[in-house]
Amino acid sequence: MSHQAAPVGPVFTPERRAQLEALAQRYPTRQALLLPALWMAQRAHGWVTPEAIAEIAEVLEVSTAHVQGVVSFYTMYHTHPVGRHFIQVCTTSPCHMCGAADVVAALLEHTGCGELGATSPDGRFTVVEVECLGACGFVTPLLIDDDFVESVTPAGVPELLARYP
Amino acid sequence: MGWPHPIHPGETPVLSTHFGDPEARTHAGWVARGGYAALRQALAMTPEAIVEEVKASGLRGRGGAGFPTGMKWSFMPKDDGKPHYLCCNADESEPGTFKDREILRWTPHALIEGCAIACLGIRAETCYIFVRGEYTEPADILEAAVAEAYAAGTLGADALGSGRRLDVIVHRGAGAYICGEETALMNAIEGKRGNPRIKPPFPAVAGLFGMPTTINNVETLAAVPHILVRGAAWYAGLSRSSPKSTGTKLISVCGHVRRPGTYEITMGLPMDELIFDLCGGMHDGRSLKAVIPGGSSVPILTAAEVAGCPTDYEGIAAAGSLLGSGGMIVMDDSTDMVFQIMRLARFYAHESCAQCTNCREGTAWTTRILERILRGEGSPSDLDLLLDIADNMTGRTICVLSDSCATPVISGIRKFRGEFDAYLSGDRAPALVEA
Repeated sequence: MSHQAAPVGPVFTPERRAQLEALAQRYPTRQALLLPALWMAQRAHGWVTPEAIAEIAEVLEVSTAHVQGVVSFYTMYHTHPVGRHFIQVCTTSPCHMCGAADVVAALLEHTGCGELGATSPDGRFTVVEVECLGACGFVTPLLIDDDFVESVTPAGVPELLARYP
Repeated sequence: MGWPHPIHPGETPVLSTHFGDPEARTHAGWVARGGYAALRQALAMTPEAIVEEVKASGLRGRGGAGFPTGMKWSFMPKDDGKPHYLCCNADESEPGTFKDREILRWTPHALIEGCAIACLGIRAETCYIFVRGEYTEPADILEAAVAEAYAAGTLGADALGSGRRLDVIVHRGAGAYICGEETALMNAIEGKRGNPRIKPPFPAVAGLFGMPTTINNVETLAAVPHILVRGAAWYAGLSRSSPKSTGTKLISVCGHVRRPGTYEITMGLPMDELIFDLCGGMHDGRSLKAVIPGGSSVPILTAAEVAGCPTDYEGIAAAGSLLGSGGMIVMDDSTDMVFQIMRLARFYAHESCAQCTNCREGTAWTTRILERILRGEGSPSDLDLLLDIADNMTGRTICVLSDSCATPVISGIRKFRGEFDAYLSGDRAPALVEA
């Protein structure tokens, strides 16, 4: 998944609207489509824009406030633009005990992000710390976009990043 | 076998038999390995007979609470005329726990089959599998397997030619540990914030979409086909200590062991055998200090308490902790217990849904106080204050996230008080230089 900063057009192109309505067959309410719809918006625009929130509210027949509340609850939805590649690195106890902090330091250095939550000056990467990724035996796990990568070491960081131009 | 290591003689592979075998992921490969025979069998059984078989097996919930599965299924109403739902909890997020991901990644059809059988047992047609958003690869594999099962006619309007409808729907989360709480998970599927609901009503009365609902963990459901095919007596016979702990359990072991990974053991295997034999023990020159045996929410055990402790519900309870999810965090003598307890508190503070005051404030203040102790700025009364806060966080909120944060604090201070005192007295240099 590539994250583009600028929102381009509506979330629900005829094709995506058809995808959404196909999903609607699986649920007894339209509101149940909210998490899937937000994923569609984020995939389309790289983040969940205010325009997308309004559009989703209308299509699902729920209030904008409800959509806003849900977006703000779930940490994986971006409420602002992020780098082209979004890196989520686990630093919870089992990973911390086994050297995750060194992986974070290597990521911040080699991406040029400098600090957690920041986007590199070239717009290529954003690095954030996340809580338990559920791969505690494979220290240090991270998500880069949709790719789940296990057993990342500080030395392996440059090669990993090179795969994400 | 467990994953990612070759089978160890101390393991009992049942659920994990096909871990690492990509062909087992496909519908044809699963059928060739005996898959969907149990569903065929279940389609010829009454719901009562299915529930009785699961009850007789002694299977208990593998997500953490250990509630008897057959009994949970029996709570579902009969002839109520409402749609019933099954939810499968694949929101594996408890620090130390990474066992369900291997079922999702390697044997997705085992889970689909277990879901389908459970639907028959609770008189449901529809199962929603809620997969945490971060599990991208497991969810992709599971979705592909579900699509194959529909294409093969195993699921759908005429499941296995039975004339019965069975639907399995994969629903992806979007980052929130609390969605592993059963009613929060239902809210997430309904398109709401993942706040846990006040109980009662319990899910069997009013759960997903307000309808009678049963929710089970991935590992629990994946065990069900084996119980039907090989019989409840066989499953109940898999036990090395307590008759109340039957079958096999996937234990994901992480931290300071030579071979971290997921291991499948017969209930009751001694914990020291698991850590020192199956997992290869500590690294050179290191010794065991502590174990959190069942995911980060359970009390910490000291090395002395681990010795001889049977790895099952009753054995670990007798040692002063809980089997929980089977996510085992092993800590050697290099571990700074104060720091790790702070790190766990920070996890709970981040993951609190914030609707209950005791949790919202308690997790945040617990973290801040532990941080100031680690900065060398703690006061002698801080440990009493932490214990007081922990008391106010236990048994006073809608769900148990708050209790889960208090648990490692209480057991940590009780069992490793000297390490806290060393920071408070200045004998130990600060581990944190800034907030």
